[in-house]
Formats: sequence, structure tokens, C-alpha cells
Amino acid sequence: MQAFTKTTGSAVPMLEDDINTDEISPIQLARKLQPDYRKMLFMRSRWDDKGDPVPAHVLNLPQFQNPAILVTGANFGCGSSREAAVWALLANGISCVVAPSLADQFRENCLQNGVLPVTLETDRFASFAQRVVDADGAPFTADLENQTLSGPGGEPVPFAIPAAERLVLLEGLDDIGLTSKHLSDIEAWEARTAATMPWYQCARDRRL
Amino acid sequence: MVARTLFQKIWESHLVARRIDGREIIYMDRNIVHELHGPKAFEKLRKAGRRVRRPDLTFAVQDHTISSRPGRDDTTNPEGTPFLQAQRAGAAEFGFRIFDVGDPDQGISHVIGPELGMVLPGATHCVPDSHAATVGALGALSFGCGTTELEHVLATQVLAMKRPKTMRINLEGRLQPHVTAKDVALHIIGTIGVSGANGHVVEYAGAVVRAMGIEARMTLCNLTVEMGGRSGFVAADETTLSWLQGRPFAPTGDDWARAEAYWRTMHSDQGAEFDRDITIDCTALEPQITWGITPGQVIGIRESVPVSLGEDASDQHALTKALTYMDLRAGEPLQGLKVDRVFIGSCTNGRIPDLQEAAAIVRGRKVAEGVVAMISPGSTIVRREAEALGLDAVFRDAGFYWAESACSMCAGGNGDRGRPGERVISTTNRNFEGRQGPGVRTHLVSAGMAAAAAIAGSIVDVRQFPEA
Repeated sequence: MQAFTKTTGSAVPMLEDDINTDEISPIQLARKLQPDYRKMLFMRSRWDDKGDPVPAHVLNLPQFQNPAILVTGANFGCGSSREAAVWALLANGISCVVAPSLADQFRENCLQNGVLPVTLETDRFASFAQRVVDADGAPFTADLENQTLSGPGGEPVPFAIPAAERLVLLEGLDDIGLTSKHLSDIEAWEARTAATMPWYQCARDRRL
Repeated sequence: MVARTLFQKIWESHLVARRIDGREIIYMDRNIVHELHGPKAFEKLRKAGRRVRRPDLTFAVQDHTISSRPGRDDTTNPEGTPFLQAQRAGAAEFGFRIFDVGDPDQGISHVIGPELGMVLPGATHCVPDSHAATVGALGALSFGCGTTELEHVLATQVLAMKRPKTMRINLEGRLQPHVTAKDVALHIIGTIGVSGANGHVVEYAGAVVRAMGIEARMTLCNLTVEMGGRSGFVAADETTLSWLQGRPFAPTGDDWARAEAYWRTMHSDQGAEFDRDITIDCTALEPQITWGITPGQVIGIRESVPVSLGEDASDQHALTKALTYMDLRAGEPLQGLKVDRVFIGSCTNGRIPDLQEAAAIVRGRKVAEGVVAMISPGSTIVRREAEALGLDAVFRDAGFYWAESACSMCAGGNGDRGRPGERVISTTNRNFEGRQGPGVRTHLVSAGMAAAAAIAGSIVDVRQFPEA
């Protein structure tokens, strides 16, 4: 996995609540085995029927052509579990999402791909979001080592993240690698369960 | 003994170890892979030189991109062809069973898992699809996962997770006729909101749940993710055990007897504490219908579209956005609005009792002129059973299109979509903008409500259509 230490670039304000993964990464493009993830991001609202950019879409505005941080409303990433939502963000250079809350599965998918998920409590979020709106594309930095969001219009904003998740992101630790250290525990669990509750360790079609 | 919740019992019995990063390793008893996410995970496994650790506990389905047209093959929906083929190749290469195009057991993962008896009470279960919780109806703990997590389960047979919080939703009272599990679920989402269960697993309890059949419980659990829940389930009871016994993958003989004794202990203990515990009286509940663009924007059929969602500007923005997309006005009733298309099916409402509920409304009547009405059973087994019961004839005679089993119009990934601007009455789980095709306006309802709309040609109260 790609390690995350810090990122700098425009902070893009998209302050609606409940933006779902169908909006972020519509299935229309996910229907290809090797889709264009860059184009996929907010495809339906960002491009018109002819494939031309919709001028008013925030990601098409000239001041947001170097995006790094998405600042968005509550419950971002709700809906389908599709990881393409995170890949589409990454393909556009966005490796940090800041919101009052994130949908659980979306947050998991961020952690699996080196995207920093930041949640700020309501008041702190509101003032940070206002700074981002006022900055209008001027660069912000999300710094995981120091756990701050910094940029024009005020002091760096501290954020919290569980220590274990911080470590995984900073080191870019391989998730399967971490689990594989416990292979003997997994085998022991299987042996124990096969002896005591064999129906869980056996998925046999009795018609065959 | 400390009183424990059912969630704790399942979680702790599947806890393998704690990782260095604090995550808990939870064993997955069953893993069902669908073709929209499978091929990507297989590619990652190949690249890393990894194998599937327990192919005997892993199954593949073709449901998202497979066409619903009778006589379909790999090429009927050309966009799906590479997915179907890559899924088949992956199953062969990594050595697990696939319920392929043409297989008599083909169907949506969340439908065939339970109907084949793969999903057992007290078990853990994983699908790379957010509606995995459907199978919680059998007292199992099921998680939807992403593609990288899918690769993780395939390689290790475990997930590394943070322990979720617990929530109990007590559904008390008694449902009126034509009020279903779908209405209960939509009402809960409307009450607690689309993020109301974020970070929690939900146990559904109470008299209303106890009175529900297993398929209705599946509908209820299915929609847990639409309230933000990580998973949802109902503790196994007599209804569960008698439903499960004799299914193809269910244990038999001495194993069944031992399993049954264990399953009878798999419920939340008296006095067990939940992080959140709410009670909803369902007695006065009427059939529900979504008016907006999230499942939480829902009202009773006799109510009107809200004039306000709250105090602040973002609430006003959300209301305007939803009304504009749906071509509705604040304060307007939904009843009487003309309908273009009706869809009955999906992992939410594609099982036999759903089709029976719809058939009872449709029998002897005709689909209104100008309405395109379609039924896609949740599995090929459901389709066969429906045909044995003569339900297909009821639907066909009324003018419904009787399709093959697929996810179909739920996600629109298989070519089944509405046209821009169409108003679609749908038994699926999401009314997001563009979900059923660009510009399509989706209203979520129960199977009976959808059937009534097809007959009337407009949005109606199913209770005005007494069974013929």
C-alpha cells in the first residue's frame, strides 16, 4: 500500500451531506474491467452528455486543478461498498478526505489505499470548511505526522486518528502481510472449530 | 456469567487474534464473491503470487452484470461479458465453486446463500457488496467489504476489523395488512436517518420481528446499510431452524442436532447491554414510499412530500435538490402521480413471498397502458418455484415482463435501466440519483405497492387493491 505522510494542494469544498458512492464513482464507468478512474470521479455531474466538462462543477474550476484534499459533508461515501470511489479520488490526486463523518465502509476502503480519512467535530469542521471556501483553491496541507490540517486563514487545525491507523498509513503497511503473521493462530482456530463445531468448517453441497 | 449480546457471542467465537495495529482478526465462515468485484481481487492475488486459502468455503456468483433476458448468455449484455468471463476464469484458477450463467442455482449472492443453506446461525459471512447483511435474517453476522478486503479474505479467510458498536432496534406492536418488512425498514431509515446506525451492528428484535418469516427478515436486514449500519441480524428461533433444516448445504444428522443445540444459545442474554437501544411501535405504520433521493427521504403513502427538512440552509438545499431531481413540489401528495416503469426484484424483494404478495394484487388484472412492468426473481430457484406455483402466468397474463434472475434494475449494471426522466416504482434498496439510469426517478416501495402501481398506472395505496 502507498504510505501517507502528508499531502499539499487545493482543498476542494463539496459541502453536501450524504454524498454516496454512486455519485462519486457511478457504475456506468465501473462497468469496464479497466476503467478510467480519473474520469470516473463524480462523472455524472462533472461531465455533460458529450463528455465535455461542466464548467460550474467545483472540480472543473481553474483554481481546483491541483486538488489534494476533499472537504465534504456528513456521511460521505454512503451506499455501495465499491472501492472504486477511493480509486477515483486517488486518480485525481486526492489522498485526504475531511468531513464531519464518513460512511464506515468508505472509511475502511480509504485506509486500505493510503487515503487519510479525517473527521472533525461539527464546530471545528464548520470553521475549517469556511476557511477552505474562503481560500478558493489556495493550497492546504494535511500532515499525518503532526496530525494537522494547515492552510490560509488561521492556525493549523489538529485532528485525531487512532494510533494504529496512523501507523498503518505512515508505514504503508501491507494489510495481508500484517494478518499473515497470525497464520498459526488462524490454523489453530480452524482446528478447534472443526473439532467442536464442524458445520462451520464444512460447506458441502449434500446433493452432489 | 456476564450477560452478552448476540453480536458479542458471534464476534468472540470468531476472534482469532489481535493484530499489532489493534485490529481484531475475525474468521469468515463463508465468502461469496460476485463478478463486479471478483476479477479485480483475483488480479491483485495473481500479482502478489497469492492463493485462495480456503476455496472450500469460498463461492462465486454471477449476479451484477448478468443479463436478465430469457435465453441469456455471456454476450447478451456486452458490457458484462468481460466480468462474467474473468469471474469464471478466477473460480477455475483458484479452485472454488461458481454458480455460473445457466446453473440451476444461479442467483443474487444474498438470495442463494440462505436458500442453499450456506449461511448458518452464529456464523460469519462476507460478500463484497453492501447488502451482505441480508443473510443476518438467519442469525449470522455478515459484512460487506471492499475489493482490497475481498483480496484479504480470499488470501487469509479472515478480516481484520475494529469492533463495531451495538444497537438494538425493538420493533413492537403488530403490522396491519399490506404493511411489510420493507415498510418497517424504510420507516426506521426515515426515523433514524441514513447515517443513524453508522459504526453499529444492528440487532432487530421485538414482536414484529418474531412474527416475520425468514424472507421478510431478510428484507429488513438487507436495508441495514441504508441506515449506515455495518451489519444487521435477527437471532435464530424456531422459525429459523425449521426454515433451514434440509437445505442443500445445511448440516444433517448428528451435526444438525449438535448445531441446533448450539444455535439455541445464540441470542442476546437477558440484561445484555447495547450501545444504543431504541423501540419503534409499528402498529400504526402504513405502506411507505420514498419521495427523494436517499432511502431516508420516505413518507407514508397518505402523507405529502415535506415542505421542510429542518432549520438550516443545508437542509433547505437537500430538499430543493431532491425535489428538483424527482420533479416534485413541497407539500404535494405522491398518490396519483403517473408511473412509467415498475420493477419487482433484487436482493431486497426478489424472494417467493415478495412475488406472492405482488401476484395477489396483480391476479386477474392488467398492467396500465403505457407502463413497462418487469419482474426479475432473486434467484433461478425462486424463478422455478414461482413457475411451479403458477405465479409467472399471473404476471405474464397481466402484462409483466418475466425476466431471469439478476441484480437487474437495482444497480442497472446489467443493461436493465429506465430512460431519463422516467418515474420508476421499484422494490430495490436505493433511490440515488441516476442509480437506475441517468435521470431516472426512483420511488422505493414494497412488492405489493409496486404491483398496485403497475395496475393503476400511478402511485397508489396498495390497500385500495383488495386481493382478487
